[in-house]
Amino acid sequence: MLDPDRGLSLTIARVVQRLQGSSLHSQLERQARVSLHKPEIKLESLKEDIKDFLKTSGWEKKLQNAVYSELNVFPLPCHPAAPPEHIKEPLAYMRKAQGSWEKRILKSLNSMCTELSIPLAQKRPVSEQKELLNKWNEMGTDEPDLSLFRPVYAPKDFLEVLMNLRNPNYENGEQPSFRNHLGLIQVPLKVKDISELKEDFSELGLNIGQLGIDDSAQVPPEFFENEHVRVGQKVLAEEDSAAAQQYVRQGCPTALRAELWALILNISNQPEDILYYEQLKSNVIQHDLLVDSLIYKDVKLTASNDDYYFVFEDYLYQVLLCFSRDTSVLEHFTYSSATPPKSYIQGKLGMEEYAVFYPPNGVIPFHGFSMYVAPLCFLYHEPSKLYQIFREMYVRFFFRLHSISSHPSGIVSLCLLFETLLQTHLPQLFYHLREIGAQPLRISFKWMVRAFSGYLATDQLLLLWDRILGYNSLEILAVLAAAVFAFRAVNLMEVTSLAAAEAVLADLSTLKVMPLLQIFLFATVT
Amino acid sequence: MPVPCLPSHTRTESSWDTVSGLSQNLPAGPPSLRRAAASAGPGPPAGQGRSPLPCAPRPAAPLQLAGGAEPARPGVAVIDLRFPHGAAADVQEIVFRNFYTAFLSVRVQRPGPGGSRRWVTCLRDLCLMPCPHTEEGSQDYFCLRRQQMLCDVDQVTAMRFILRQPSPVWLHFTIEELQIFPPGQKSPQKDFPSWLSQLTPPEQPASLHGELPDPEKVSTEVQQMWVLTEVIRARQAAARIGRFDVDGCYDVNLLSYT
Repeated sequence: MLDPDRGLSLTIARVVQRLQGSSLHSQLERQARVSLHKPEIKLESLKEDIKDFLKTSGWEKKLQNAVYSELNVFPLPCHPAAPPEHIKEPLAYMRKAQGSWEKRILKSLNSMCTELSIPLAQKRPVSEQKELLNKWNEMGTDEPDLSLFRPVYAPKDFLEVLMNLRNPNYENGEQPSFRNHLGLIQVPLKVKDISELKEDFSELGLNIGQLGIDDSAQVPPEFFENEHVRVGQKVLAEEDSAAAQQYVRQGCPTALRAELWALILNISNQPEDILYYEQLKSNVIQHDLLVDSLIYKDVKLTASNDDYYFVFEDYLYQVLLCFSRDTSVLEHFTYSSATPPKSYIQGKLGMEEYAVFYPPNGVIPFHGFSMYVAPLCFLYHEPSKLYQIFREMYVRFFFRLHSISSHPSGIVSLCLLFETLLQTHLPQLFYHLREIGAQPLRISFKWMVRAFSGYLATDQLLLLWDRILGYNSLEILAVLAAAVFAFRAVNLMEVTSLAAAEAVLADLSTLKVMPLLQIFLFATVT
Repeated sequence: MPVPCLPSHTRTESSWDTVSGLSQNLPAGPPSLRRAAASAGPGPPAGQGRSPLPCAPRPAAPLQLAGGAEPARPGVAVIDLRFPHGAAADVQEIVFRNFYTAFLSVRVQRPGPGGSRRWVTCLRDLCLMPCPHTEEGSQDYFCLRRQQMLCDVDQVTAMRFILRQPSPVWLHFTIEELQIFPPGQKSPQKDFPSWLSQLTPPEQPASLHGELPDPEKVSTEVQQMWVLTEVIRARQAAARIGRFDVDGCYDVNLLSYT
């Protein structure tokens, strides 16, 4: 543990180092230089005058937003003695489990590669490049033969791995005792209980207005909705990330949502960002990756079959193919427990000058990955902005849903939180489901891994993702999963098999998310 | 049922001195260990200019009641540490990595009044794991500074780390990579740029109504600004280039497992 002063200086130094090469830095320098011509800047008080100028012209706010964004994304600096793998994941056995899981994925990809005799990556011939460029905006019309490809893994394979996760220093006795958890997850991570959740999610309380509840047709808009929209417009005018993050905890008005999310994620779509996206597009055209076929297959299997998202098929290709080529995503591996797969070009194994990451962004998509992008297509129609928003959401939140780590927002903690909440507040239901061989996590795991995308109606999903951004945490997914079980508890008590339980919970598209959350957190008698 | 021999937490200081008799019941470490110059186990990188004091901590020994029939799991363990050749040292920082210890107390042996040596508690029940049944803090790195100690830690001849883990779910608990740092070395923070210490505190802007500014003051401030801009310009920006291929080639056949 660091004492506060040292921790603060380290944090400052790290944020400065990260912002130093950025375009914001050069813009600030340019603004400061330009301001020297202004009459109010005097040489005697140069520093103060420039600082005041930056404040009044709104540049200080942009800097504040950038600093806030850095603080949100990167973890607090630990002790200088801590090695980098400790920052990725402090627990040794979890690092090991993540390593063996990654090795399995690599083996699976390698075997698919050798079976199909397709290289993992190769340069596209010029004619094919021209063809792809021509149909860039309608890649969905392509019907390549993808029958031989199979997804590298599906969420249920990942669940099996999590179920077998054990701490070697923990007494996992054979006899059932207080040490063994009744659910599927057997690692003793710290999860919050309802009183702590009530405190954390206090803005969802019964006496506070929410979009998703207090904007329904029966409630006159003067009570809450009009004022909330006014405040939202003010927040946007102020361009303050921190204020926006606080604001969206009560939900975003639909008209303001796209801009508010962009403000929170600090995405401004500058010309250099558009240029960067075009660069990625040219990378897609030049090199053909096996991962592209996996993406095609995933989109065809999931988003194209979904009533809400099939219209966005082309956008999904444009985003995901570019995502695979984006090396800036590699930065998130400093704070993720995962490691990007490595390879050597031209068969030159072991020679570091020929070492590359594959795919260039280090992320191998799994079955359902495209569903992370699909809901965003409702908000953003310009491909480069849509791309940046998705990339930022991925490196802040979604990567935690498919890697093994002890982070409170990691999927392992979410699963344990869900099981603990259900066990504590619906013990009869939990016991009953366990007895009939329908462990609740088997049903809710797929919801949490996809952040409920594809299971809820789109407007409800966006209200849920508002809160993920507002609280900068994924714990709300576990709370919602438990709330859904609580809502359908009566039906679930009557089922007698796993298949019947799945049938009861198959269709979530009619659920209203905010009332469920509010009732579960604040109105359930314990 | 093994006899629970966890001593109560309210054990008074004087009674801890009887624990020193423990060391005679422990299996004696090989004599070479005591003379070993290096600290036990691979330590974390010390950083520039910092070298830990040579010492030889013995492995953690659980507390046992004399005459106990079966080995019990008392939840208390003790690590004894002596400096080689009976040397005394001043302690600036203690750095270690936790392994499932919940609470830590540290006692040091120092020269007392009249030349004799006494044991004094310098840290009492520091909480390393806020919730001992769960993983929080269980494998974290910790750093204890002399300012956090209850007493002076100069001229220390021996140290005793008393580890407590009240939860029965863990099989083992100890602390690892223990290193003691003496004072007098500049503790470098690797990422701590020098200009951070040169930042001036917020000044009150001088009121300039009808007065000419002091030329000395103006020139110092302009100089400071110039130094800052020079330092910032000299620093390399850590911007990514974004290329993923090697000289335009990105032909990959198989993934590597190492």
